[in-house]
Amino acid sequence: MRNSPTSSTRLINFLGSMNLAISLLVVVAIASVIGTILRQNQPYTDYQIKFGSFWFDLFKALDLYDVYSAVWFLSILAFLVISIATCVGRNTPGILRELRHYRENVQEKSLRAMKHQTVIPTAQNAAQAQALAIRILHNQGFKTRQKASDDHAVVAGMKGRANHWGYWLTHVGMIVIFIGGLLDSRLPLMVAEWQGTLKPETRNIPAGEVPAISQLSTSNFSYRGSVDIPEGSRANILFQPMREGYFVQHLPFEVEVKEFRVEHYSTGMPKSFESDLVIHDKDLAKPLETTISVNHPLFYKGVAIYQANFGDGGSEVKLRLHPFSSRYAAQDLDGKIFGDYNLTSSDQQYKLELKDFRLFNINDMEDETGKVKKKNIGPSITFKLRDATGQAMEYQNYMNPVSIKGQIYYLSGVRASPAEPFRYLHIPVDPKGGMERFMRFLSNMQNTELVKKSAIETTRSSMQQTNVQNTEVENQVIESMVRLTEQFASKGSEGIMQEIAGRFPEDKRASASEAFMKVLNASLRSVYAETLKQEGISGELKEADWLFFDDSILAIDKIAAYGSPWFVQLSTFKQIEASGLQITRSPGKDVVYFGSAMLVIGVFLLFYVAHRRIWVWIKPLGENQSEIVVAGSSNRNQPEFERYFNRLQGIFQQAMAYEVKDVSSTTNP
Amino acid sequence: MSVPQQTLESLIEEPSLFKQLGLRDWLWAAVVLAATAFLFAQYGNGMDGYEIGILAMSAPSLIGLGWYWKAFQPYALAVAAFSLLGIWLYDGSYANAEVVFGLKFLVSSQSAVMWMSALFVMATVTYLGGLVANNEFTLKTGSALTWAALIMGMTGLMVRWYETYLVDPEFGHIPVSNLYEVFILFSLITGLLYLFYEGRYKNRSLGGFVLLVISAAVGFLLWYSVSRDADKILPLVPALKSYWMKIHVPANFVGYGSFALAAMVSVAYLLKERGQRVNPNGMMATRLPSLDMLDDVTYKAIALGFAFFTVATILGAMWAAEAWGGYWSWDPKETWALIVWLNYAAWLHLRFSKGWRGTPMAWWAIVGLFVTLFAFLGVNMFLSGLHSYGEL
Repeated sequence: MRNSPTSSTRLINFLGSMNLAISLLVVVAIASVIGTILRQNQPYTDYQIKFGSFWFDLFKALDLYDVYSAVWFLSILAFLVISIATCVGRNTPGILRELRHYRENVQEKSLRAMKHQTVIPTAQNAAQAQALAIRILHNQGFKTRQKASDDHAVVAGMKGRANHWGYWLTHVGMIVIFIGGLLDSRLPLMVAEWQGTLKPETRNIPAGEVPAISQLSTSNFSYRGSVDIPEGSRANILFQPMREGYFVQHLPFEVEVKEFRVEHYSTGMPKSFESDLVIHDKDLAKPLETTISVNHPLFYKGVAIYQANFGDGGSEVKLRLHPFSSRYAAQDLDGKIFGDYNLTSSDQQYKLELKDFRLFNINDMEDETGKVKKKNIGPSITFKLRDATGQAMEYQNYMNPVSIKGQIYYLSGVRASPAEPFRYLHIPVDPKGGMERFMRFLSNMQNTELVKKSAIETTRSSMQQTNVQNTEVENQVIESMVRLTEQFASKGSEGIMQEIAGRFPEDKRASASEAFMKVLNASLRSVYAETLKQEGISGELKEADWLFFDDSILAIDKIAAYGSPWFVQLSTFKQIEASGLQITRSPGKDVVYFGSAMLVIGVFLLFYVAHRRIWVWIKPLGENQSEIVVAGSSNRNQPEFERYFNRLQGIFQQAMAYEVKDVSSTTNP
Repeated sequence: MSVPQQTLESLIEEPSLFKQLGLRDWLWAAVVLAATAFLFAQYGNGMDGYEIGILAMSAPSLIGLGWYWKAFQPYALAVAAFSLLGIWLYDGSYANAEVVFGLKFLVSSQSAVMWMSALFVMATVTYLGGLVANNEFTLKTGSALTWAALIMGMTGLMVRWYETYLVDPEFGHIPVSNLYEVFILFSLITGLLYLFYEGRYKNRSLGGFVLLVISAAVGFLLWYSVSRDADKILPLVPALKSYWMKIHVPANFVGYGSFALAAMVSVAYLLKERGQRVNPNGMMATRLPSLDMLDDVTYKAIALGFAFFTVATILGAMWAAEAWGGYWSWDPKETWALIVWLNYAAWLHLRFSKGWRGTPMAWWAIVGLFVTLFAFLGVNMFLSGLHSYGEL
């Protein structure tokens, strides 16, 4: 029986030891660093790309993607709490003794051995000296106990006992905070997962199709997740992220988003995000209407609803598809964001996936003077165009023409993956404000008849000017013009380069390309003049017309790489926004706050209240003679106490001396 | 009753707090209360309940601070006078900043901050010069320059507060919302804490050390405002539009300032300690305060910093619970705040329980400043998270 207490005592000694506590503080600090360096809870594919499969697997095994929920991390925290609790448990009896005992049984020898002590002889009797000592100590705010013996009396005083409460409050406060945190933690979910009764869903599927094993009922104690609710819709669930997946958490009521608003400052920066909510709950006589905004959440039935995010909620858009090829007809499409649409009006099958609509786009724009300024360039639509093989390009098209360095364009960004920046297609805007001229120009370029006709006209007129008559050369030039224009219209300058590469040896390509460009340019100019003629513009072309021509050629050159057979123009829209709500139930919050209050009060008591003890040992030395020993100690802030004790010592010395004079004056009138 | 008896009374009778206060203290209290009442009458309509609460709490805090630290009274009055001058010169138009002489060269926030910067650097040089020359007058000049820098800097912040409303009433906010503004705050709080201890311990020889860290902050501030236009007044992002900012940020900077002070005093400790070993008659050994005092100041600064940092972190958690949907998200800034806290908690435990003193603790306090610096700046520079307001 003797052995078991020894080992448990040893365990308690170990757990309650200061070395362990300090080591744990440092270990928790170091372990916490990991989660700040490695971004937590990102999609696992991102980690895989970043680290490669070896490190990815190793980090995953160590739970580094969600360090703060890792078993090993929680174990360290638990260890810390156990250590604190043991420490408090071990020290509490001692503290209670410290608080209760005035130590009036102190020995004279030990008082005289103290660092702060003084011996004062006085010409008054023991009773007077004792009364005076008590008075002084009381005036200094000490509580006192006395003990009288045959040969001496002791006055023991102390103050600042709250210091020990400081110890107790800080440490118990920490434990309370941990308990509160535990109440709000995902520990129950982790346990259920471990038991196999819960499994996070990893697929991107509608909430209704999520199996029961990934759903959490309304009775769940605490949760924290988010849900996007489009304007005019309601939801009674939220998604709670768990590592690479999520749980569907059911709410005890329904949340409806009536309207979501963004307000802006005069600079265009967002000023506020707010949502008009309606809470539908059968416990309510009528639905609860309220508005939440950032920093102003709604608390209802222990659940807090925060404005956390926003996005598109399925805006309705009308799109016009302008084909780049004259063989296809223009097409109108009524769509909704997040909808997929099959497009059949070209040779290939395409799927148009509408991804996002944005009403405001504050971008850095260059004005005529070349100065870069933030400017709202209006609504945009983001979509993907997926071909039959499943390859997709992503596009971002702006609804309104945008002015860049004084010229106005329709802008469309394109990229093959989200990792790339958008490359932009600038389609010049014609004087009527549309893209008809551009489209007609492009279509004319693809019209062999028209190209040929204008090629013949141009060639003939230039030949007449130079008085050269050579039908063979003429036909060759015309034929080149038609072919090059066709190539350019379908493949851009890349097509011309291919043509040259196919027909000339390397050493002749440079001169050939120069000649080709001249021919092509002449042809394009004539097709452009023809295009303007169709608009009813004839005669000498103005500078603006030629700027338009240059911009058009630059744009057409890029169409081959643009990857879409259409320019998708946003004609009209009805914006429907979605409010991103963060919804939490954290019953531990008040516990944490209570613990925090304990901690704060405790910290101030610990630092700014010192537990001070003063003993006065009174030894009668005869009729009107005695000697007193004043000694003191403090558990904090020794330099301060030294100053204090010196002052107190002065008070004692003077007071004892005054009394002597007083006494002598009454005995010797 | 004889005369000696009365003298005895007065000797052992501890005068109560209020009896220790002089006429000046009561005047101070009256001025603060009058100013508070005026502010409430003038702007009470525009305040919400929390802001009225904060105003109501600031009055007793200021009165108490002035009573506890007498030098704070003239300081605050000087700041008030300069700030009011600034507001008066603005006359309701922000454009006056470039037109009115007094604003352009003295009390517009940017000019005042420039004055603060220049004065802090001058004070640093003067303090160090005074230490090297062992000249009390030079050291006193250092103190005066520091006071002047603090007056100008605080005036800068106060006037900037007013300017945010002048630029656009919707922009109005307390100027502790971005790195530029909090660097000013950091310099001010560190400077004030230093002057407090300078007065308490009647020793000016540490000024050069503490002012070095302030000068570094000033250097950063100047670089930041020149290269990034950081001094431009911008409206608040919605997440920052909360009364919590008024208390969370200043509380945090009392912490940061104290930790910086502790680290610089520790530098002095190490120099003194080395001086005593290597060259007992040298400058470091003879002119710096005693090791005991340096150790004591380090402890006091860390204790004060720790107490305020605890409060600030808890306030931050409460704000997070209102803005982000959870009092603790293990966001990098939160986590680094915890790391700083744990670090100093370990420091205090070693001192309290194990009785560690001296060189290792001084080194630790210096390392602590780097940990703090990372939490303050590094997180914003290198890590991303919810708390990304002062991005570099």
